[in-house]
Amino acid sequence: MSTFDAQSPPPPRPRAWSGVERALAAVGLSGKALVIAAPALWLTVFFLVPLAVVFGISLTIKQFGRPPYSPLLTNEDGTVQLTLHLNNYLRLFTDGLYVAAYLSSIKIALISTIITLLIGYPMAYAIARAPDQWRNILLMLVILPFWTSFLLRVYALSGFMRGNGVINQFLGLFGIPPVVMMQTDFAVYVGIVYTYLPFMILPLYTNLVKLDGALLEASADLGARPVRTFLSITLPLSRPGIIAGCMLVFIPAIGEFVIPSLLGGPSTLMIGRVLWDEFFANTNWPRAAAVAIAMLIVVVVPIMLLQRAQDAVQDKERGK
Amino acid sequence: MKRGWFLPIAATLGFAFLYAPIVSLVVFSFNESDLVTVWSGFSTKWYGAVLADPQILGAAWLSVQIAFSAASIALVLGTLCAVALVRFRKFRGRTLLAGTVSAPLVMPDVITGLSLLLLFVAMEATIGWPSGRGLLTIIIAHSTFCMAYVVVVVQSRLGDMDVSLEEAAMDLGATPVRVFFDITLPIIAPALISGWLLAFTLSLDDLVIASFVSGPGSSTLPMVIFSKVKLGVSPDVNALATIIIAIVALGVLAATIVQLRNHNNRAKAH
Repeated sequence: MSTFDAQSPPPPRPRAWSGVERALAAVGLSGKALVIAAPALWLTVFFLVPLAVVFGISLTIKQFGRPPYSPLLTNEDGTVQLTLHLNNYLRLFTDGLYVAAYLSSIKIALISTIITLLIGYPMAYAIARAPDQWRNILLMLVILPFWTSFLLRVYALSGFMRGNGVINQFLGLFGIPPVVMMQTDFAVYVGIVYTYLPFMILPLYTNLVKLDGALLEASADLGARPVRTFLSITLPLSRPGIIAGCMLVFIPAIGEFVIPSLLGGPSTLMIGRVLWDEFFANTNWPRAAAVAIAMLIVVVVPIMLLQRAQDAVQDKERGK
Repeated sequence: MKRGWFLPIAATLGFAFLYAPIVSLVVFSFNESDLVTVWSGFSTKWYGAVLADPQILGAAWLSVQIAFSAASIALVLGTLCAVALVRFRKFRGRTLLAGTVSAPLVMPDVITGLSLLLLFVAMEATIGWPSGRGLLTIIIAHSTFCMAYVVVVVQSRLGDMDVSLEEAAMDLGATPVRVFFDITLPIIAPALISGWLLAFTLSLDDLVIASFVSGPGSSTLPMVIFSKVKLGVSPDVNALATIIIAIVALGVLAATIVQLRNHNNRAKAH
Protein backbone atom coordinates (compact mmCIF):
# COMPACT_ATOMS: atom_id res chain seq x y z
CA MET A 1 0.00 0.00 0.00
CA SER A 2 1.38 3.37 -0.84
CA THR A 3 0.93 6.53 1.17
CA PHE A 4 0.20 10.02 0.00
CA ASP A 5 3.77 11.12 0.18
CA ALA A 6 5.50 7.88 -0.77
CA GLN A 7 6.05 8.86 -4.37
CA SER A 8 7.36 12.20 -5.41
CA PRO A 9 4.75 13.51 -7.82
CA PRO A 10 5.73 14.95 -11.18
CA PRO A 11 6.01 18.75 -11.24
CA PRO A 12 2.56 19.97 -10.23
CA ARG A 13 0.55 21.85 -12.77
CA PRO A 14 -0.64 25.21 -11.50
CA ARG A 15 -3.98 24.36 -9.90
CA ALA A 16 -5.93 25.95 -7.14
CA TRP A 17 -4.95 23.33 -4.55
CA SER A 18 -1.26 23.39 -5.32
CA GLY A 19 -1.37 27.09 -4.47
CA VAL A 20 -2.66 26.19 -1.03
CA GLU A 21 0.07 23.61 -0.68
CA ARG A 22 2.79 26.04 -1.74
CA ALA A 23 1.57 28.52 0.81
CA LEU A 24 1.72 25.85 3.50
CA ALA A 25 5.16 24.76 2.42
CA ALA A 26 6.32 28.38 2.56
CA VAL A 27 5.57 28.52 6.29
CA GLY A 28 7.36 25.21 6.76
CA LEU A 29 4.34 22.93 7.15
CA SER A 30 3.73 19.85 5.10
CA GLY A 31 0.13 18.89 4.50
CA LYS A 32 0.73 15.60 6.24
CA ALA A 33 1.96 17.23 9.43
CA LEU A 34 -1.08 19.49 9.41
CA VAL A 35 -3.50 16.58 8.99
CA ILE A 36 -2.00 14.89 12.04
CA ALA A 37 -1.52 18.05 14.06
CA ALA A 38 -5.10 19.35 14.01
CA PRO A 39 -6.80 16.38 15.71
CA ALA A 40 -3.72 15.67 17.85
CA LEU A 41 -3.68 19.20 19.18
CA TRP A 42 -7.43 19.19 19.88
CA LEU A 43 -7.25 15.87 21.74
CA THR A 44 -4.25 17.02 23.74
CA VAL A 45 -5.92 20.22 24.87
CA PHE A 46 -9.42 18.85 25.42
CA PHE A 47 -8.78 15.27 26.45
CA LEU A 48 -5.29 14.64 27.84
CA VAL A 49 -4.71 17.97 29.58
CA PRO A 50 -8.14 17.82 31.33
CA LEU A 51 -7.22 14.42 32.80
CA ALA A 52 -3.99 15.94 34.09
CA VAL A 53 -5.97 18.87 35.53
CA VAL A 54 -8.31 16.42 37.30
CA PHE A 55 -5.30 14.70 38.83
CA GLY A 56 -3.84 18.05 39.90
CA ILE A 57 -7.07 19.22 41.50
CA SER A 58 -7.55 15.88 43.26
CA LEU A 59 -4.43 16.86 45.23
CA THR A 60 -5.93 20.11 46.51
CA ILE A 61 -8.55 20.69 49.20
CA LYS A 62 -11.91 22.38 49.08
CA GLN A 63 -11.98 26.03 50.00
CA PHE A 64 -14.47 28.82 49.64
CA GLY A 65 -14.02 31.18 46.74
CA ARG A 66 -13.57 30.96 43.02
CA PRO A 67 -12.34 28.45 42.05
CA PRO A 68 -13.45 26.42 45.09
CA TYR A 69 -10.17 24.60 45.65
CA SER A 70 -6.81 25.46 47.16
CA PRO A 71 -4.09 26.56 44.72
CA LEU A 72 -1.46 24.00 43.74
CA LEU A 73 1.24 26.60 43.23
CA THR A 74 1.67 29.59 45.47
CA ASN A 75 4.15 32.38 44.98
CA GLU A 76 5.44 33.86 48.20
CA ASP A 77 8.23 36.42 48.04
CA GLY A 78 9.51 35.06 44.79
CA THR A 79 9.66 31.42 45.89
CA VAL A 80 7.16 29.18 44.15
CA GLN A 81 5.66 26.62 46.47
CA LEU A 82 3.87 23.45 45.47
CA THR A 83 1.28 22.25 47.97
CA LEU A 84 -0.13 18.76 47.57
CA HIS A 85 -2.87 17.30 49.74
CA LEU A 86 -3.46 13.58 49.94
CA ASN A 87 -6.54 13.95 52.15
CA ASN A 88 -8.98 13.13 49.37
CA TYR A 89 -7.36 9.81 48.57
CA LEU A 90 -7.05 8.92 52.26
CA ARG A 91 -10.75 9.61 52.65
CA LEU A 92 -11.55 7.31 49.73
CA PHE A 93 -9.99 4.43 51.65
CA THR A 94 -11.11 5.29 55.17
CA ASP A 95 -14.67 6.45 54.49
CA GLY A 96 -16.78 3.33 54.13
CA LEU A 97 -19.16 5.08 51.71
CA TYR A 98 -16.59 5.31 48.91
CA VAL A 99 -15.31 1.76 49.24
CA ALA A 100 -18.90 0.47 49.34
CA ALA A 101 -19.82 2.56 46.29
CA TYR A 102 -16.88 1.23 44.27
CA LEU A 103 -17.56 -2.38 45.17
CA SER A 104 -21.26 -2.00 44.53
CA SER A 105 -20.64 -0.33 41.13
CA ILE A 106 -18.36 -3.16 40.07
CA LYS A 107 -20.88 -5.75 41.27
CA ILE A 108 -23.82 -4.08 39.50
CA ALA A 109 -21.84 -3.58 36.29
CA LEU A 110 -20.53 -7.16 36.34
CA ILE A 111 -23.91 -8.83 36.94
CA SER A 112 -25.66 -6.64 34.35
CA THR A 113 -22.93 -7.38 31.81
CA ILE A 114 -23.42 -11.13 32.28
CA ILE A 115 -27.22 -10.82 31.95
CA THR A 116 -26.79 -8.64 28.84
CA LEU A 117 -24.49 -11.25 27.33
CA LEU A 118 -26.97 -14.06 28.07
CA ILE A 119 -29.79 -12.12 26.38
CA GLY A 120 -27.71 -10.52 23.62
CA TYR A 121 -25.83 -13.60 22.43
CA PRO A 122 -28.86 -15.60 21.26
CA MET A 123 -30.28 -12.45 19.64
CA ALA A 124 -27.03 -11.73 17.78
CA TYR A 125 -26.78 -15.36 16.73
CA ALA A 126 -30.38 -15.45 15.55
CA ILE A 127 -29.81 -12.30 13.44
CA ALA A 128 -26.56 -13.66 11.99
CA ARG A 129 -28.29 -16.94 11.01
CA ALA A 130 -31.46 -15.27 9.73
CA PRO A 131 -32.32 -15.41 5.99
CA ASP A 132 -30.83 -12.50 4.02
CA GLN A 133 -34.04 -10.57 3.53
CA TRP A 134 -34.71 -10.65 7.29
CA ARG A 135 -31.23 -9.84 8.47
CA ASN A 136 -31.20 -6.16 7.51
CA ILE A 137 -34.59 -5.55 9.08
CA LEU A 138 -33.61 -7.25 12.34
CA LEU A 139 -30.34 -5.37 12.39
CA MET A 140 -32.18 -2.10 11.94
CA LEU A 141 -34.45 -3.04 14.84
CA VAL A 142 -31.33 -3.32 17.01
CA ILE A 143 -29.78 -0.09 15.73
CA LEU A 144 -32.96 1.99 16.12
CA PRO A 145 -32.96 1.93 19.96
CA PHE A 146 -29.21 2.58 19.80
CA TRP A 147 -29.95 5.90 18.05
CA THR A 148 -32.91 6.73 20.26
CA SER A 149 -32.17 8.97 23.21
CA PHE A 150 -30.63 7.12 26.12
CA LEU A 151 -32.39 9.34 28.64
CA LEU A 152 -35.78 8.83 26.99
CA ARG A 153 -35.37 5.07 26.96
CA VAL A 154 -34.57 5.05 30.68
CA TYR A 155 -37.64 7.23 31.17
CA ALA A 156 -39.77 4.86 29.07
CA LEU A 157 -38.59 1.96 31.22
CA SER A 158 -39.50 3.81 34.42
CA GLY A 159 -43.05 4.31 33.13
CA PHE A 160 -43.17 0.62 32.33
CA MET A 161 -42.09 -0.58 35.76
CA ARG A 162 -43.89 1.99 37.94
CA GLY A 163 -46.33 0.90 40.67
CA ASN A 164 -49.28 1.52 38.35
CA GLY A 165 -47.23 0.90 35.23
CA VAL A 166 -47.88 -1.48 32.37
CA ILE A 167 -46.26 -4.52 34.01
CA ASN A 168 -48.26 -4.19 37.19
CA GLN A 169 -51.50 -3.55 35.31
CA PHE A 170 -50.78 -6.70 33.33
CA LEU A 171 -50.12 -8.68 36.52
CA GLY A 172 -53.32 -7.23 37.96
CA LEU A 173 -55.31 -8.96 35.19
CA PHE A 174 -54.32 -12.25 36.80
CA GLY A 175 -55.08 -10.99 40.28
CA ILE A 176 -51.42 -10.63 41.18
CA PRO A 177 -50.79 -7.70 43.56
CA PRO A 178 -48.48 -4.92 42.29
CA VAL A 179 -44.77 -5.63 42.58
CA VAL A 180 -42.48 -2.82 43.68
CA MET A 181 -39.80 -2.56 41.00
CA MET A 182 -38.92 1.11 40.82
CA GLN A 183 -36.34 2.57 43.18
CA THR A 184 -34.72 -0.80 43.73
CA ASP A 185 -31.44 -2.35 42.62
CA PHE A 186 -33.51 -4.66 40.44
CA ALA A 187 -34.66 -1.66 38.38
CA VAL A 188 -31.02 -0.60 37.95
CA TYR A 189 -30.09 -4.03 36.59
CA VAL A 190 -33.03 -4.00 34.18
CA GLY A 191 -32.13 -0.44 33.18
CA ILE A 192 -28.51 -1.26 32.34
CA VAL A 193 -29.45 -4.42 30.44
CA TYR A 194 -32.17 -2.58 28.56
CA THR A 195 -30.12 0.44 27.50
CA TYR A 196 -26.84 -1.36 26.74
CA LEU A 197 -28.27 -4.40 24.94
CA PRO A 198 -27.58 -2.96 21.43
CA PHE A 199 -23.91 -2.38 22.42
CA MET A 200 -23.66 -6.10 23.21
CA ILE A 201 -25.54 -7.35 20.14
CA LEU A 202 -23.72 -5.30 17.47
CA PRO A 203 -20.12 -6.50 18.05
CA LEU A 204 -21.37 -10.07 18.61
CA TYR A 205 -23.34 -9.93 15.36
CA THR A 206 -20.33 -8.57 13.42
CA ASN A 207 -18.32 -11.49 14.72
CA LEU A 208 -20.94 -14.24 14.33
CA VAL A 209 -21.99 -13.26 10.82
CA LYS A 210 -18.45 -14.00 9.61
CA LEU A 211 -18.52 -17.48 11.14
CA ASP A 212 -17.78 -20.10 8.50
CA GLY A 213 -20.88 -22.26 8.09
CA ALA A 214 -18.75 -25.10 6.71
CA LEU A 215 -17.18 -25.60 10.12
CA LEU A 216 -20.60 -26.08 11.70
CA GLU A 217 -21.67 -28.50 8.97
CA ALA A 218 -18.44 -30.47 9.32
CA SER A 219 -19.01 -30.73 13.03
CA ALA A 220 -22.60 -31.92 12.50
CA ASP A 221 -21.48 -34.39 9.84
CA LEU A 222 -19.01 -35.87 12.28
CA GLY A 223 -21.91 -36.55 14.60
CA ALA A 224 -21.63 -33.70 17.09
CA ARG A 225 -24.91 -32.61 18.65
CA PRO A 226 -25.86 -28.93 18.16
CA VAL A 227 -25.01 -28.07 21.78
CA ARG A 228 -21.58 -29.62 21.42
CA THR A 229 -20.97 -27.83 18.11
CA PHE A 230 -21.92 -24.57 19.74
CA LEU A 231 -19.67 -25.09 22.76
CA SER A 232 -16.61 -26.31 20.88
CA ILE A 233 -16.80 -24.24 17.68
CA THR A 234 -19.13 -21.23 17.74
CA LEU A 235 -18.38 -20.07 21.26
CA PRO A 236 -14.55 -20.13 21.06
CA LEU A 237 -14.58 -18.45 17.62
CA SER A 238 -16.82 -15.65 18.85
CA ARG A 239 -14.51 -14.78 21.74
CA PRO A 240 -13.37 -11.38 20.32
CA GLY A 241 -17.03 -10.41 19.89
CA ILE A 242 -17.85 -11.49 23.43
CA ILE A 243 -14.95 -9.52 24.89
CA ALA A 244 -15.75 -6.39 22.86
CA GLY A 245 -19.47 -6.55 23.70
CA CYS A 246 -18.88 -7.18 27.41
CA MET A 247 -16.39 -4.32 27.71
CA LEU A 248 -18.69 -1.93 25.84
CA VAL A 249 -21.34 -2.68 28.48
CA PHE A 250 -19.17 -3.06 31.56
CA ILE A 251 -17.03 0.10 31.24
CA PRO A 252 -19.80 2.69 30.85
CA ALA A 253 -22.02 0.82 33.33
CA ILE A 254 -19.44 1.33 36.09
CA GLY A 255 -19.64 5.11 35.81
CA GLU A 256 -23.38 5.17 35.08
CA PHE A 257 -25.25 8.11 36.58
CA VAL A 258 -28.61 8.45 34.81
CA ILE A 259 -29.84 4.89 35.44
CA PRO A 260 -29.21 4.73 39.21
CA SER A 261 -30.57 8.23 39.74
CA LEU A 262 -33.81 7.67 37.79
CA LEU A 263 -34.47 3.98 38.46
CA GLY A 264 -32.53 3.20 41.62
CA GLY A 265 -33.49 3.92 45.18
CA PRO A 266 -31.69 5.98 47.79
CA SER A 267 -29.78 2.87 48.83
CA THR A 268 -28.48 2.16 45.31
CA LEU A 269 -24.82 3.03 45.61
CA MET A 270 -22.96 3.72 42.40
CA ILE A 271 -19.74 5.62 42.03
CA GLY A 272 -20.95 7.82 39.18
CA ARG A 273 -23.75 9.07 41.40
CA VAL A 274 -21.34 9.65 44.32
CA LEU A 275 -19.11 11.74 42.03
CA TRP A 276 -22.11 13.73 40.81
CA ASP A 277 -23.34 14.45 44.36
CA GLU A 278 -19.85 15.30 45.54
CA PHE A 279 -19.59 17.84 42.75
CA PHE A 280 -23.10 19.29 42.48
CA ALA A 281 -24.55 18.83 45.99
CA ASN A 282 -21.42 19.23 48.15
CA THR A 283 -19.46 21.39 45.67
CA ASN A 284 -16.37 19.51 46.79
CA TRP A 285 -14.46 19.63 43.51
CA PRO A 286 -11.19 18.14 44.81
CA ARG A 287 -13.02 15.15 46.31
CA ALA A 288 -14.98 14.64 43.08
CA ALA A 289 -11.66 14.74 41.17
CA ALA A 290 -10.16 12.09 43.44
CA VAL A 291 -13.24 9.90 42.93
CA ALA A 292 -12.79 10.33 39.16
CA ILE A 293 -9.12 9.33 39.27
CA ALA A 294 -9.96 6.24 41.33
CA MET A 295 -12.75 5.37 38.85
CA LEU A 296 -10.29 5.76 35.99
CA ILE A 297 -7.98 3.21 37.63
CA VAL A 298 -10.90 0.75 37.86
CA VAL A 299 -11.80 1.10 34.16
CA VAL A 300 -8.27 1.18 32.74
CA VAL A 301 -7.82 -2.61 32.72
CA PRO A 302 -11.11 -3.32 30.90
CA ILE A 303 -10.30 -0.50 28.43
CA MET A 304 -6.97 -2.16 27.63
CA LEU A 305 -8.70 -5.53 27.22
CA LEU A 306 -11.13 -3.95 24.76
CA GLN A 307 -8.29 -2.32 22.82
CA ARG A 308 -6.48 -5.66 22.55
CA ALA A 309 -9.59 -7.47 21.38
CA GLN A 310 -10.12 -4.85 18.67
CA ASP A 311 -6.48 -4.87 17.61
CA ALA A 312 -6.61 -8.67 17.30
CA VAL A 313 -9.60 -8.43 14.98
CA GLN A 314 -7.92 -5.75 12.85
CA ASP A 315 -4.65 -7.68 12.59
CA LYS A 316 -6.54 -10.78 11.53
CA GLU A 317 -8.39 -8.88 8.81
CA ARG A 318 -5.20 -7.31 7.58
CA GLY A 319 -3.49 -10.70 7.51
CA LYS A 320 -6.08 -12.08 5.09
CA MET B 1 -28.30 -27.12 9.00
CA LYS B 2 -31.33 -27.74 11.15
CA ARG B 3 -32.65 -24.71 12.94
CA GLY B 4 -33.97 -25.18 16.45
CA TRP B 5 -36.80 -23.36 18.11
CA PHE B 6 -34.55 -21.74 20.70
CA LEU B 7 -33.04 -18.91 18.63
CA PRO B 8 -36.27 -17.54 17.12
CA ILE B 9 -38.02 -17.53 20.50
CA ALA B 10 -35.04 -15.90 22.24
CA ALA B 11 -34.84 -13.23 19.53
CA THR B 12 -38.58 -12.53 19.66
CA LEU B 13 -38.53 -12.13 23.44
CA GLY B 14 -35.43 -9.96 23.20
CA PHE B 15 -37.01 -7.61 20.66
CA ALA B 16 -40.20 -7.49 22.73
CA PHE B 17 -38.08 -6.41 25.72
CA LEU B 18 -36.37 -3.71 23.61
CA TYR B 19 -39.58 -2.28 22.19
CA ALA B 20 -42.36 -2.77 24.76
CA PRO B 21 -41.40 0.21 26.98
CA ILE B 22 -41.07 2.52 23.96
CA VAL B 23 -44.38 1.40 22.49
CA SER B 24 -46.15 1.92 25.81
CA LEU B 25 -44.61 5.40 26.10
CA VAL B 26 -45.86 6.33 22.64
CA VAL B 27 -49.34 4.97 23.38
CA PHE B 28 -49.68 6.83 26.67
CA SER B 29 -48.52 10.09 25.10
CA PHE B 30 -51.99 10.17 23.48
CA ASN B 31 -53.69 9.61 26.81
CA GLU B 32 -56.16 12.23 27.93
CA SER B 33 -55.69 11.65 31.64
CA ASP B 34 -53.13 13.43 33.80
CA LEU B 35 -52.36 10.06 35.33
CA VAL B 36 -49.64 8.84 33.06
CA THR B 37 -50.50 5.17 33.02
CA VAL B 38 -54.29 5.08 33.32
CA TRP B 39 -56.00 5.23 29.96
CA SER B 40 -58.98 7.56 29.79
CA GLY B 41 -59.31 8.43 26.12
CA PHE B 42 -57.46 9.63 23.06
CA SER B 43 -56.13 13.15 23.09
CA THR B 44 -53.34 15.16 21.55
CA LYS B 45 -53.47 17.85 24.21
CA TRP B 46 -50.01 17.01 25.59
CA TYR B 47 -48.50 17.66 22.17
CA GLY B 48 -50.11 21.08 22.27
CA ALA B 49 -48.65 21.61 25.73
CA VAL B 50 -45.14 20.71 24.53
CA LEU B 51 -45.31 22.99 21.51
CA ALA B 52 -46.51 25.88 23.68
CA ASP B 53 -43.86 25.49 26.37
CA PRO B 54 -41.21 28.18 25.87
CA GLN B 55 -38.75 26.44 28.19
CA ILE B 56 -38.84 23.23 26.12
CA LEU B 57 -38.70 25.08 22.80
CA GLY B 58 -35.78 27.24 23.95
CA ALA B 59 -33.85 24.22 25.22
CA ALA B 60 -34.57 22.30 22.01
CA TRP B 61 -33.25 25.17 19.87
CA LEU B 62 -30.12 25.42 22.02
CA SER B 63 -29.56 21.66 21.75
CA VAL B 64 -29.94 21.73 17.96
CA GLN B 65 -27.43 24.60 17.64
CA ILE B 66 -24.94 22.74 19.84
CA ALA B 67 -25.45 19.42 18.04
CA PHE B 68 -25.06 21.05 14.62
CA SER B 69 -21.81 22.83 15.52
CA ALA B 70 -20.33 19.94 17.51
CA ALA B 71 -21.13 17.41 14.77
CA SER B 72 -19.52 19.64 12.13
CA ILE B 73 -16.33 20.24 14.14
CA ALA B 74 -16.18 16.54 15.03
CA LEU B 75 -16.61 15.63 11.36
CA VAL B 76 -13.65 17.75 10.20
CA LEU B 77 -11.30 16.73 13.01
CA GLY B 78 -12.44 13.10 12.98
CA THR B 79 -11.96 12.78 9.22
CA LEU B 80 -8.44 14.25 9.44
CA CYS B 81 -7.66 11.86 12.27
CA ALA B 82 -9.02 8.85 10.36
CA VAL B 83 -6.97 9.81 7.27
CA ALA B 84 -3.87 10.11 9.43
CA LEU B 85 -4.46 6.72 11.08
CA VAL B 86 -5.37 4.81 7.91
CA ARG B 87 -3.23 6.42 5.20
CA PHE B 88 -0.08 7.49 7.06
CA ARG B 89 1.04 4.09 8.21
CA LYS B 90 3.94 5.19 10.35
CA PHE B 91 4.50 8.42 12.20
CA ARG B 92 5.71 9.32 15.64
CA GLY B 93 2.92 9.18 18.19
CA ARG B 94 0.60 7.06 16.03
CA THR B 95 -0.19 4.62 18.84
CA LEU B 96 -0.79 7.50 21.23
CA LEU B 97 -3.13 9.22 18.77
CA ALA B 98 -5.03 5.98 18.09
CA GLY B 99 -5.42 5.33 21.80
CA THR B 100 -6.38 8.89 22.68
CA VAL B 101 -9.01 9.19 19.99
CA SER B 102 -10.79 5.97 20.95
CA ALA B 103 -10.62 6.52 24.71
CA PRO B 104 -13.60 8.94 24.81
CA LEU B 105 -15.74 6.10 23.35
CA VAL B 106 -15.66 4.23 26.61
CA MET B 107 -14.74 6.95 29.10
CA PRO B 108 -17.52 7.28 31.71
CA ASP B 109 -19.44 10.51 31.04
CA VAL B 110 -19.00 11.79 34.58
CA ILE B 111 -15.21 11.77 34.16
CA THR B 112 -15.30 13.48 30.74
CA GLY B 113 -17.68 16.11 32.06
CA LEU B 114 -15.79 16.79 35.26
CA SER B 115 -12.39 16.91 33.56
CA LEU B 116 -13.52 19.38 30.89
CA LEU B 117 -15.21 21.61 33.45
CA LEU B 118 -12.08 21.70 35.60
CA LEU B 119 -10.05 22.51 32.47
CA PHE B 120 -12.36 25.38 31.49
CA VAL B 121 -12.25 26.80 35.03
CA ALA B 122 -8.46 26.52 35.18
CA MET B 123 -8.12 28.10 31.70
CA GLU B 124 -10.39 30.95 32.61
CA ALA B 125 -8.34 31.59 35.75
CA THR B 126 -5.02 31.62 33.87
CA ILE B 127 -5.66 32.97 30.37
CA GLY B 128 -9.14 34.44 30.74
CA TRP B 129 -10.68 32.20 28.07
CA PRO B 130 -13.36 30.85 27.84
CA SER B 131 -15.08 33.51 29.91
CA GLY B 132 -17.92 31.75 31.66
CA ARG B 133 -19.58 28.58 30.52
CA GLY B 134 -22.43 27.95 28.14
CA LEU B 135 -22.95 27.33 24.45
CA LEU B 136 -19.24 27.45 23.54
CA THR B 137 -18.00 25.13 26.27
CA ILE B 138 -20.74 22.57 25.56
CA ILE B 139 -19.85 22.65 21.84
CA ILE B 140 -16.16 22.03 22.63
CA ALA B 141 -17.00 19.17 25.02
CA HIS B 142 -19.38 17.52 22.56
CA SER B 143 -16.99 17.89 19.61
CA THR B 144 -14.35 16.02 21.59
CA PHE B 145 -16.37 12.91 22.35
CA CYS B 146 -18.29 12.91 19.04
CA MET B 147 -14.99 13.02 17.16
CA ALA B 148 -14.18 9.52 18.43
CA TYR B 149 -17.34 8.13 16.81
CA VAL B 150 -16.65 9.90 13.51
CA VAL B 151 -13.15 8.40 13.46
CA VAL B 152 -14.53 4.87 13.92
CA VAL B 153 -17.05 5.27 11.08
CA VAL B 154 -14.70 7.01 8.61
CA GLN B 155 -11.75 4.78 9.45
CA SER B 156 -13.60 1.62 8.45
CA ARG B 157 -14.75 3.16 5.14
CA LEU B 158 -11.23 4.41 4.33
CA GLY B 159 -9.84 0.98 5.11
CA ASP B 160 -12.33 -0.70 2.75
CA MET B 161 -11.85 1.62 -0.20
CA ASP B 162 -9.77 0.79 -3.22
CA VAL B 163 -6.43 2.58 -2.84
CA SER B 164 -5.52 2.11 -6.50
CA LEU B 165 -7.87 4.99 -7.42
CA GLU B 166 -5.85 7.37 -5.27
CA GLU B 167 -2.62 5.97 -6.64
CA ALA B 168 -3.82 6.39 -10.23
CA ALA B 169 -4.74 10.02 -9.60
CA MET B 170 -1.37 10.62 -8.03
CA ASP B 171 0.42 8.99 -10.96
CA LEU B 172 -1.45 11.37 -13.24
CA GLY B 173 0.10 14.25 -11.34
CA ALA B 174 -2.60 15.25 -8.90
CA THR B 175 -1.37 16.67 -5.62
CA PRO B 176 -2.32 14.87 -2.38
CA VAL B 177 -4.81 17.57 -1.42
CA ARG B 178 -6.45 17.40 -4.84
CA VAL B 179 -6.57 13.61 -4.70
CA PHE B 180 -8.28 13.85 -1.34
CA PHE B 181 -10.96 16.31 -2.48
CA ASP B 182 -11.55 14.83 -5.97
CA ILE B 183 -11.21 11.11 -5.33
CA THR B 184 -11.25 10.16 -1.65
CA LEU B 185 -13.95 12.53 -0.41
CA PRO B 186 -16.68 11.49 -2.88
CA ILE B 187 -15.98 7.82 -2.16
CA ILE B 188 -16.14 8.16 1.62
CA ALA B 189 -19.07 10.62 1.50
CA PRO B 190 -21.66 8.10 2.82
CA ALA B 191 -19.44 7.43 5.83
CA LEU B 192 -19.09 11.17 6.40
CA ILE B 193 -22.85 11.59 6.35
CA SER B 194 -23.48 8.76 8.78
CA GLY B 195 -20.62 9.93 10.99
CA TRP B 196 -22.09 13.43 11.11
CA LEU B 197 -25.58 12.10 11.87
CA LEU B 198 -24.24 9.85 14.61
CA ALA B 199 -22.36 12.77 16.16
CA PHE B 200 -25.47 14.96 15.88
CA THR B 201 -27.72 12.47 17.72
CA LEU B 202 -25.09 11.75 20.39
CA SER B 203 -24.71 15.45 21.09
CA LEU B 204 -28.48 15.94 21.15
CA ASP B 205 -28.78 13.10 23.66
CA ASP B 206 -26.04 13.98 26.11
CA LEU B 207 -27.12 14.89 29.61
CA VAL B 208 -24.16 14.27 31.90
CA ILE B 209 -21.34 16.07 30.08
CA ALA B 210 -23.54 19.06 29.26
CA SER B 211 -24.64 19.33 32.90
CA PHE B 212 -21.02 19.74 33.98
CA VAL B 213 -19.87 22.23 31.35
CA SER B 214 -23.00 24.35 30.92
CA GLY B 215 -23.54 27.62 32.67
CA PRO B 216 -26.55 29.48 34.03
CA GLY B 217 -29.23 30.01 31.40
CA SER B 218 -27.91 27.39 29.02
CA SER B 219 -29.97 24.31 29.78
CA THR B 220 -30.03 21.80 26.94
CA LEU B 221 -33.10 19.71 26.13
CA PRO B 222 -31.89 16.58 28.00
CA MET B 223 -31.19 18.77 31.05
CA VAL B 224 -34.75 20.12 30.99
CA ILE B 225 -36.20 16.63 30.49
CA PHE B 226 -34.09 15.25 33.33
CA SER B 227 -35.22 17.91 35.78
CA LYS B 228 -38.86 17.38 34.76
CA VAL B 229 -38.56 13.62 35.21
CA LYS B 230 -36.79 14.08 38.55
CA LEU B 231 -39.70 16.15 39.81
CA GLY B 232 -42.15 13.41 38.91
CA VAL B 233 -43.67 12.08 35.76
CA SER B 234 -45.45 14.58 33.62
CA PRO B 235 -47.48 13.47 30.60
CA ASP B 236 -45.99 16.18 28.41
CA VAL B 237 -42.62 14.42 28.66
CA ASN B 238 -44.30 11.41 27.02
CA ALA B 239 -45.40 13.61 24.13
CA LEU B 240 -41.99 15.25 23.83
CA ALA B 241 -40.29 11.84 23.92
CA THR B 242 -42.61 10.56 21.19
CA ILE B 243 -41.78 13.54 18.96
CA ILE B 244 -38.04 12.99 19.40
CA ILE B 245 -38.31 9.22 18.87
CA ALA B 246 -40.38 9.76 15.70
CA ILE B 247 -37.80 12.16 14.26
CA VAL B 248 -34.94 9.76 15.02
CA ALA B 249 -36.84 6.74 13.64
CA LEU B 250 -37.62 8.57 10.39
CA GLY B 251 -33.98 9.65 10.08
CA VAL B 252 -32.63 6.14 10.62
CA LEU B 253 -35.22 4.72 8.24
CA ALA B 254 -34.32 7.22 5.52
CA ALA B 255 -30.59 6.62 6.00
CA THR B 256 -31.08 2.85 5.78
CA ILE B 257 -33.18 3.09 2.63
CA VAL B 258 -30.60 5.35 0.95
CA GLN B 259 -27.82 2.99 1.95
CA LEU B 260 -29.67 -0.10 0.71
CA ARG B 261 -30.51 1.57 -2.60
CA ASN B 262 -26.88 2.62 -3.00
CA HIS B 263 -25.83 -0.91 -2.23
CA ASN B 264 -28.28 -2.39 -4.73
CA ASN B 265 -27.22 0.05 -7.46
CA ARG B 266 -23.61 -0.84 -6.90
CA ALA B 267 -24.48 -4.54 -7.00
CA LYS B 268 -26.29 -3.98 -10.32
CA ALA B 269 -23.38 -2.06 -11.80
CA HIS B 270 -21.02 -4.95 -11.13
